[in-house]
Parts: sequence; structure tokens; C-alpha cells
Amino acid sequence: MASMSDVMGLVFSNMHDSCITELTEQRTMASVPFGGRYRLIDFMLSNMVNSGVTDAGVITKSNYQSLLDHLSSGQEWDLARKTGGLKLLPPFGHAGSGIYRGRMEALAGVQEYIRRNDADYVILADSNVIANMDLKPFVEFHKKRQADITVVYGRQYCTKEESKSKLVLFCDENDRVFDVLTGPEINGEINVALNIYVMNKKFLQTLIVEAACRNQYSFEKDILQKKLREFKVLAYKYQGYFAQIDSMKVFFKSNFDLLNSDIRTELFKVDSPIYTKVRDEPPAKYGIGASVRNSLMADGCIIEGKVENSIIFRGVKIEKDSIIKNSIIMQGSVIKQGSDINYAVLDKTVHVSEGSRLTGTADYPVFIKKAAKV
Amino acid sequence: MYHVKKECVAMLLAGGQGSRLYALTQDMAKPAVPYGGKYRIIDFPLSNCVNSGIDTVGVLTQYQPLVLNEYIGNGQPWGLDRVHGGVHVLPPYESFSGASWYKGTANAIYQNMSFIDRYNPEYVIILSGDHIYKMDYADMLEFHKERNASATIAVLEVPWEEAPRFGIMSTDENDRITEFAEKPEHPESNLASMGIYMFNWKDLRRHLIENENDEAASKDFGKNIIPAMLNEGLKLVAYPFEGYWKDVGTIDSLWEANMDLLNPKVPLDLYEENWKIYSRNPVYPPHFSSESSKIENSMITEGCKISGEIDFSVLFAGVVVEEGAIVRDSIIMPNTVIKKGAVIEYAIIGEECVIGENVHIGGRPEDIDDKESWGVSVIGHEINISANTVIPAKSMISESV
Repeated sequence: MASMSDVMGLVFSNMHDSCITELTEQRTMASVPFGGRYRLIDFMLSNMVNSGVTDAGVITKSNYQSLLDHLSSGQEWDLARKTGGLKLLPPFGHAGSGIYRGRMEALAGVQEYIRRNDADYVILADSNVIANMDLKPFVEFHKKRQADITVVYGRQYCTKEESKSKLVLFCDENDRVFDVLTGPEINGEINVALNIYVMNKKFLQTLIVEAACRNQYSFEKDILQKKLREFKVLAYKYQGYFAQIDSMKVFFKSNFDLLNSDIRTELFKVDSPIYTKVRDEPPAKYGIGASVRNSLMADGCIIEGKVENSIIFRGVKIEKDSIIKNSIIMQGSVIKQGSDINYAVLDKTVHVSEGSRLTGTADYPVFIKKAAKV
Repeated sequence: MYHVKKECVAMLLAGGQGSRLYALTQDMAKPAVPYGGKYRIIDFPLSNCVNSGIDTVGVLTQYQPLVLNEYIGNGQPWGLDRVHGGVHVLPPYESFSGASWYKGTANAIYQNMSFIDRYNPEYVIILSGDHIYKMDYADMLEFHKERNASATIAVLEVPWEEAPRFGIMSTDENDRITEFAEKPEHPESNLASMGIYMFNWKDLRRHLIENENDEAASKDFGKNIIPAMLNEGLKLVAYPFEGYWKDVGTIDSLWEANMDLLNPKVPLDLYEENWKIYSRNPVYPPHFSSESSKIENSMITEGCKISGEIDFSVLFAGVVVEEGAIVRDSIIMPNTVIKKGAVIEYAIIGEECVIGENVHIGGRPEDIDDKESWGVSVIGHEINISANTVIPAKSMISESV
């Protein structure tokens, strides 16, 4: 397999923020906590690093303090490099207001970063895809087939409601994309674009300039849809497990996917690990009377109660006689004695006082926002 | 070469073989021995340094340094990758006058005087990589300065009957050390040296050279340097330490020190936010407790997959315990797999072992009549135990069976 040293990556950290406003009120989509110890962006950044892309820019827009804190120098992803490595790209003032409206405008703001990089190819990716994906065959496919734009997609069964937030591709037997629909409300199995693209750098630079002078800002509408006949747009099928986090429902469900050992094995491979920020928590401690079944438990937890079918993040304390079922409890939350929690998502550092009861349903879990006291 | 001056430099003695840990230290120095679910022993003094504001640490290695070298790396996990100072591994080296091993604790520091001189420090703290404890060395330095001492030795009150195992200080009412006895048969005090010494560098430097020139000397801090300083009339004071401190030099003490973490009465709190113990973290997902798991009174860390029964045990990263397996009163080091139906009791299992189905390791003291024949069983690192094997209590296994 060819070297990936001629490829740079750009990750969009704020796309789709509006899909799960509960969780993105104070953070970017990229820094939404996931799977007990991760933030969503960990997956895409790790995919890049594991695939040999060691030059990665993260484009931010708003609410990015938690993201800065999480990524820091990029050291934990092995991206603190002398040349290349991680670059955080906050909004840049000179192109209009600095707050971009879409992908193309965001790219216009980082033109200089792209120009100065000596890569020949650019991978654009969103941060809301959970997958352990080798990007090498994808880039190889793009090069070999001499495409203008190659986009990764996965087959997924969607309801009308679910496909509303999807970018859906239609392609022929030669992988050529002939139609692109945004939020088509289809019921059935569809080609869901994972919003991971590769392009030749020069080609992308031309697109950015052209879009800017026509006041176009959307990559999906102004490029993919409008120029589909003009450009050679190919679709690359990803066969592995993926989840595209674009609603609270999907967020909830895909966390619980991790309780499935096949999915866990596929996502957390020894030779392509998912990196995240190290918090130096001690191991999780189970006390007398603890009972934990079918759950993912992170370090730093102290468990004295009962936990079932749940995802427990780092540093959570669950006191005795409490019962947690079918729930996601984020970092640093405390559940006091005798509480009963079922189908709930507790954001970071929530305090649940003694004897509380929180009950949602599988479709509509109760959501408790960051640092709330219940 | 220009170096930023440091007030205090730490020298961490990490060359110890830890021969009484047998199979566990066959391929690694004692400070590299795993402890407490995600640490190695050396994480404690290293983290204490960082938390005490000491950012320049020399780690003196000699015995089986590979694991330790790789583990310390550039010091980043402890925040010791610094522009000025940071952590440096200092193995014995060949010089113009020849090559020589570290002949004793004092000689190890003597051979690295030029390392210390580069930072032109006022004080040097000598630490050992064999102990589990949390201590603020900045407090000790403050004490050292207040007392205007040449050397300050951290001491701990030990039970009188244990005193003969330690270096024992006799002190006057102002904590000034009047006498030092290395492992005395009839101790005059029960203040034991913790092997933590704070020195004025210029006094220590002179004594290291004198000691080195004395051919009869055994080049040891306890045996030579401290007595020589006392003889000279320098002011040596004892810094009283209260809190948890454990030398994990034997199988029993290593086992106990791990079990101490599960005992709420033991004053060693790893969950304290303002005195974290740092370590090099492996990259693993959170641990998974399956439908059939039953875990109580235990510490489990990332990457573990538990389907069996765990009680009063400490499991390290990446350990797999299959359905029907039972682990009680035991310590399982990283990436070991315990197959179906295996029973582990009162045992320490090393890294990367595979314990076959229905194997039985160790035994409970209450099940054995002859108490002399009972003890913690040890399986070394990278060992396979084939299915149905029975390994009795107090065994020491260093090859696959």
C-alpha cells in the first residue's frame, strides 16, 4: 500500500452541531462525549493517524473551548510533530465575518493552511462518524480511478425520519455518483454518505476560490449537487461498522452498540487503537454489594450500586442501593444513595441526589444537562 | 553549556534487582513491577516529584533496564518532558578512565555528579524506586531549609519488632539525628529511614568524593555517607512522615500493598484529584463487565473483559476473565487471559500469561492445615499454564507448564 505522506486531513468539528443541541449547547460536535472515555473526534483523528495521515487540521467555528482542552497539542494522538501534526484552525477574520455558513466558506478561511502544506491530496471529514476505518484503500481507490472527488458511503437501513438528516448517494455499477439527495425522507436501505471526501489538493483549491467568488458556501448543494455532471465524483463503499451521530436517538443507540462484543472488537483494534485524552484516573473500584452487568465501565469510577446495560464514563460515583439501567452517565457525575435511573443520558458532572428517580424510554431517554443538580 | 539553574534535583535509584520478587523481576527491575491496576512502582516517586514541583529527575538504572527505559521514555506521562530539566535515564557508562557498574547507591550518584552539576542545584533529593507512598517533597525541602540542615532524612515510626530490618535514627528533641544504625540488632529507636534523603549538594558532593576515595567503603548512603556526615558534625535532621509507605520488596508485601488499595481503612487514596499518580496509559477502551460477570471489592481497569467472578482482586489493563472463572484475593497483571472454569486464589499472575481452562492456582489459608506451607502463589510473566493444571499455594512458577 502506498504511503500516505502525500495526504493531509481536515476535520470539521462543528458540522451537524444542531442535530443534538442538548449535547452541543456548550461544546462542538467533535467534543461530544462517547463510549465511556472518548469524544467523537477521537475516532476520525485516530483513523487518520492509524492510516498514516499525520498532518491534520481541525476546523472550528464556535463553542470550541472544550475541544481545545481535549486536543491540546495532539500528543495523545501522536500528532505533536515537528513537521505537520495537529493544527487547530479557529475561525479566521479576514474572509467576511469569520463565522462560516458551510463547508466551502470554512475551507476559504483555511486556504493558507492548505496552500502551505505540501500534500497532493486532502481528506475532508466530519467528526461525527464512529468507525475504525483504514483510509489507505480509500485514497488508493481515488488515485487509481483518477476521480475528482471520492466520497465514502455505507449501506444503512433508514426510516423516513432518519434519512431526513442524511446525504444520500446514488451510484452506477462503476461507482460513479449520478444523484445526491440531502435529507430525502426515504424509507429503506440507502447509500449514506459519511462525509469523508478525498480530493486532489489543487482541485480543492480551485473549488474554494470559485465558490468564494460566487458567494457559494455549501459543499453538498453547490458542488456535489450542482456540479455532479461536470466532475468525476466516485463513491467508495465502507463495509465495516459505522454510526453517524446525527440525532439524540442515534447517539443513544450507538453508545449501546458498544455493549455488543463484535462491534467492540471491530472498533477497538490493537493495531489501530482509538486514541483519546489521558486523564490519569485510577482503575475503577467496585465496592461491597456492587453489581455490574453488561456495561462498559471507565477508569476512576467508584461503584457501590447496581449497573445494567449502561455506559459509565470516567470518574463517575454510584452509591449503594442505586440502580442504573440502560443509561449513559458521563464523566464525573455522582449518583447518591438509593436512586433509580432508567433510560437516561446524564451529561458531565451531574449530581443526582439521594433517592431520585429518572425514567425515560428507549426512544426518548431523559436528558440531564451538564452540571445539573437533580 | 548553559543550563537553567534548578533549586532541587531528584536522583531516583532504580537499579535494584528486587531479587526477593523472584519470577516477577526476572526480566525487569523492581521499580518497573506493575502495581495497583495501572501503575508501575516507579510512578509513585516520579509523580511525587512532579506534584512537589521537582521537574529535574535522574533515574539511575542498572539491572534489566529495558522495560524501565521504554516505560519512562521522554517522561511525557508525568509531565517530565521539559525544555529545561525533565526526566533522564542514567545507566552506567564507559568513561576515559574505564567502564564500571554502579557499585552502591552512593557510587551511582558519584558517577553522575556531572549530571547534577549541570543544573547547579542547592539541594539534591535521593529517592528509591521501590516504595509505594505519596509525599510532598516540597514540604520536606521547606523543613530542611528551616532547620538549616546539611541533610534531612525522611523517617517513619515502625513497630519495634520490625526496627531491625531498617536503617534506624536516634534523634534529640529537635529532630536532630544523633545516631544512625543500619539494621541494628538492638535498636535504640523505632524511627526508620524511608530511603529518602535531602542533601545540600555541596556537602553531599564532597562526601561522595571522599567516600569514593576510601577503598574500604561499600559506597552506600546508609552505611557510609550518613555515618560520615554525622562524624563530621554536620547537622542531620529527621523529617517525620505520617501516612502510607510500603516497601514492596517481597511477594507478600507486594500482594499486601495491592490489597491495601481495596481496604478503605488504609490511608492511600489514589482518587485524590490534587495528588494524582501518573502513569503511561495503554490505549484501551473502558472495561466491559458482561452479563455473567460478578465483581465486588475489586479494582478493574481499561481494556479488561470480565465474564467471571472477581472478589478482592486487582486486575490490570487488558485482562480477560472468561465465564465461570473465579479470581479471589489475587493480582492479575496486564493482558493475562484466565480461561473458562479456572480458579485463582491468593496469587500474583504476571503480564501476558494464559491460564488454561479449569486450572487451579493457589489456595486459601483456611483450607490448609499446615500454615507453614501456605503462601501467595506467583506466576511469572509470559507464562502459559495448560488446562486442568493444579498449582498449589506458595508456588513460584517461572516457566510454562
